[in-house]
Amino acid sequence: MTSEVDQVEAVGDGSDGPRGRQGPAAPRRAKPIRRLDRVIIRFAGDSGDGMQLTGDRFTSETASFGNDLSTLPNFPAEIRAPAGTLPGVSSFQLHFADHDILTPGDAPNVLVAMNPAALKANIADLPRGAEIIVNTDEFTKRALAKVGYALDPLSDGSLEAYHLHKVPLTALTLEALKESGLARKDAERAKNMFALGLLSWMYHRPTHGTEGFLRQKFAKRPEIAEANISAFRAGWNFGETTEDFAVSYEIPPAKLPAGRYRNISGNLALSYGLIAASRRSGLPLFLGSYPITPASDILHELSKHKNFGVRTFQAEDEIAGVGAALGAAFGGALGVTTTSGPGVALKSETIGLAVSLELPLLVVDIQRGGPSTGLPTKTEQADLLQAMFGRNGEAPVPIVAPATPAECFTAALEAARIAVTYRTPVLMLSDGYLANGSEPWLIPSVDELPEIRPDFATGPNTPDGSFWPYLRDPKTLARPWAVPGTPGLEHRIGGIEKQDGTGNISYDPANHDLMVRTRQAKIDGIAVPPLEVDDPDSQARVLVLGWGSTYGPITAAVRRLRADGAQIAQAHLRHLNPFPANLGAVLARYERVIVPEMNLGQLALLLRAKYLIDAQSYNQVRGLPFKAQQLADVLWAAIGTLEGSDGDE
Amino acid sequence: MSDQHAFPSLSLVPKAQAPQSAKDFKTDQEVRWCPGCGDYAILAAVQAFMPELGIRRENTVFVSGIGCSSRFPYYMNTYGMHSIHGRAPAIATGLAASRTDLSVWVVTGDGDALSIGGNHLIHALRRNVNLKILLFNNRIYGLTKGQYSPTSELGKITKSTPMGSLDAPFNPLSLAIGAEATFVARTIDSDRKHLQSVLRAAAEHRGTALVEIYQNCNIFNDGAFEVLKDPQTAQRALIRLEHGQPIRFGPDLDEGVFRDPATGELYTASITPDNQDRVLVHDAQAPTPATAFALSRLADHPGHGQDGLHHTPIGVLRSVERPVYDTLMAEQLATAVDQRGEGDLAALLAGADTWTVE
Repeated sequence: MTSEVDQVEAVGDGSDGPRGRQGPAAPRRAKPIRRLDRVIIRFAGDSGDGMQLTGDRFTSETASFGNDLSTLPNFPAEIRAPAGTLPGVSSFQLHFADHDILTPGDAPNVLVAMNPAALKANIADLPRGAEIIVNTDEFTKRALAKVGYALDPLSDGSLEAYHLHKVPLTALTLEALKESGLARKDAERAKNMFALGLLSWMYHRPTHGTEGFLRQKFAKRPEIAEANISAFRAGWNFGETTEDFAVSYEIPPAKLPAGRYRNISGNLALSYGLIAASRRSGLPLFLGSYPITPASDILHELSKHKNFGVRTFQAEDEIAGVGAALGAAFGGALGVTTTSGPGVALKSETIGLAVSLELPLLVVDIQRGGPSTGLPTKTEQADLLQAMFGRNGEAPVPIVAPATPAECFTAALEAARIAVTYRTPVLMLSDGYLANGSEPWLIPSVDELPEIRPDFATGPNTPDGSFWPYLRDPKTLARPWAVPGTPGLEHRIGGIEKQDGTGNISYDPANHDLMVRTRQAKIDGIAVPPLEVDDPDSQARVLVLGWGSTYGPITAAVRRLRADGAQIAQAHLRHLNPFPANLGAVLARYERVIVPEMNLGQLALLLRAKYLIDAQSYNQVRGLPFKAQQLADVLWAAIGTLEGSDGDE
Repeated sequence: MSDQHAFPSLSLVPKAQAPQSAKDFKTDQEVRWCPGCGDYAILAAVQAFMPELGIRRENTVFVSGIGCSSRFPYYMNTYGMHSIHGRAPAIATGLAASRTDLSVWVVTGDGDALSIGGNHLIHALRRNVNLKILLFNNRIYGLTKGQYSPTSELGKITKSTPMGSLDAPFNPLSLAIGAEATFVARTIDSDRKHLQSVLRAAAEHRGTALVEIYQNCNIFNDGAFEVLKDPQTAQRALIRLEHGQPIRFGPDLDEGVFRDPATGELYTASITPDNQDRVLVHDAQAPTPATAFALSRLADHPGHGQDGLHHTPIGVLRSVERPVYDTLMAEQLATAVDQRGEGDLAALLAGADTWTVE
């Protein structure tokens, strides 16, 4: 088999979209060029090998080339696990294509394995025929033994089903840098750039961006910058000249909707969404946060933008983070706290206070594997019920969940709109996959972003000239937001039950009943857009309903089914509390509702309770996103059982 | 009123347009503390003191946690928040850090500040946020009806310690000084004049001020500070500190505080013609906190009995200048604008690496 066939076959295995298209491209180089419609590459190595950086650079090159793309960084919680061990393997998967894609891909077409551990940890994910590029210099007896290889897999025939490229990456890098004057140890560290150069040649990636990046990153140590660039170029030249790499591949730019694009990760999009919400509301942004994986990047990002009036406060703990955000909200700021599941648990009491105070507050939960410390660097969506119910008393909180990395931007704006309009804490549920994954983003026009109106109270609201802090807007049931510094509106609020209207302390049974029901009614009455259903011919009998980051794999699975002639409807929830008003009617239209979730069925539980329908869960809690093929199989089976039941009738 | 601020430390807070009185700071809410509670005296003293600040009432905020003392904001006709147990310093930090035009006060108790909220207290102190923290210390849990608190004496019999408390107590002022507090003072609920003088000093301070107020809980720990209140015993038990003055006490100011040159420790002794030149002169502004720390625990001396009250210094133990957190934060924002210009949202969203699809 040729490499070309290998890759095209692999394409057919895990496509998000139409089956692979291929065609000859005009040869521009010394070697033949094959055209592909999409490729999945995985870089894998030790935590210290720079795989995340290598992946990021390849992603940037790919984005600037104009392919659609989706990424999946996957790294251990330990910063530097012992070198050469399986727990220390860090990887970065990138899926790029000439058409719009939805997932980082099920199975890599190409694996770059920097050592035996990286090979062993990833080989099971590779389809037969995939290409493997290994750094042979690391396949020493000792390194093989460390991960339990009795025989050398490079020579024992166990990799015969793959297209193996044996490359002495370390030696080639050292050779390329022998005149750099760098110590051997420093020179060796550039081997990831050699690998990047080789892959950049294989896939015709533009290289000037990476060279510029390296010069900037090592601006203070130009000799290191030059060494990395030399290694990068040496890798490219190696691909061009060596016999082992017979062909290179071209993946034409994707035909995305017209406009200006950039690549963006979920946490970056979320940070920008918060700044945009601050601008569109006129409220200064105050972030109270405590470092926690995988949310810390939002704290890092926002702390860079003080010239937008953004205040970031690294608190002594999670509780202080949300407390300070709530205090700032009392003072008229857009108060935000960012965290992950364990942090939400610590913040619960303060979120309950915010429910009682009826102040705007954004609580951003970048979900990770749980319970407890769980899997800090892996993804999961098992905080839905915590977000929904994780407080004492009846304490309803609206929930917004983005579906893709770029959508974290609009979700932050939407969460802020709800918080400010309805004077309520809002929980935003992202997850580790959305946070670190990236995709091209059509840069929005600032003028077209929604406007958010704080409408602060400016004067008394009763006929006798006094101010009642809990006299509500009859339409939204929101209470007035009067900030300190406003004369005549001095008032006291607190966590003790308040008398309707006046806000004075009240232990009256009927008043408490009224207030509990009113707070619930306020949240239930929040205006959220109706659920859109994708059911092209309105013929489908099965609906697949998801929320959050499962959007990509669900949509990819649905495309595959439709490409093969199946009828299936798809809908995706962005608002989990309150649900869109038409959700009940949508659910009732289908004979079967399948709910894939990266938990044990939390949305399904809510749907069953609220709509009395037999929603069927499909669950996975492996710390990784679903694979499109896996979901396609499940959906095929669901359709199949319905057809089977028809046959019985 | 003049353009001058009565308190330069409040220069960022808008001045009151007309003179105020204690009455302006009272609310229409019925005060619900137990009759005879020390909190009444503190409330009256604070309400009477606030007009002195000369700032707008609407720019004053009281934030509290949970406990008897934490009902305080309901009775102050300012903005106020009665929050949750222990968290008032954190909430107030967010408010003060984002609004330098406010005068923010925290009202807390020994359980609220030192037990469930201990972490927030020490971090507010080290950051030097512009907060005035009034810590009502009655050495008991009142609102939950009489369990021992983190300031209760070792061996104290309470509802939760029928055989006596096993916990060594905190000395709140020692804790605050250890937490890098820039202003630390102690006063007593029943001594209105002294209480107000300490409030004045706290208000004059830029940054976090911790004021411990010994407060009597007449239901669950009545008479806890009687030795400091009874005129007879107080003469020998109470030491009034004044910056720049020798530390003397006793009916005829015949006792003083001395430093042992061998160990650096402080001790009390009768003043004689031989030693009168060696009476310690109180320096609240000393660059290092060592002497203030020693003073804060003068009454904890092993020879002074179990109650930790005999030879209790009151007044301002420490008052030093250090940059204020909220001011520093505002300065960073201003510097960022100076260096990079006002943030441009469209430019931010676009970033440096874009491509265009036709």
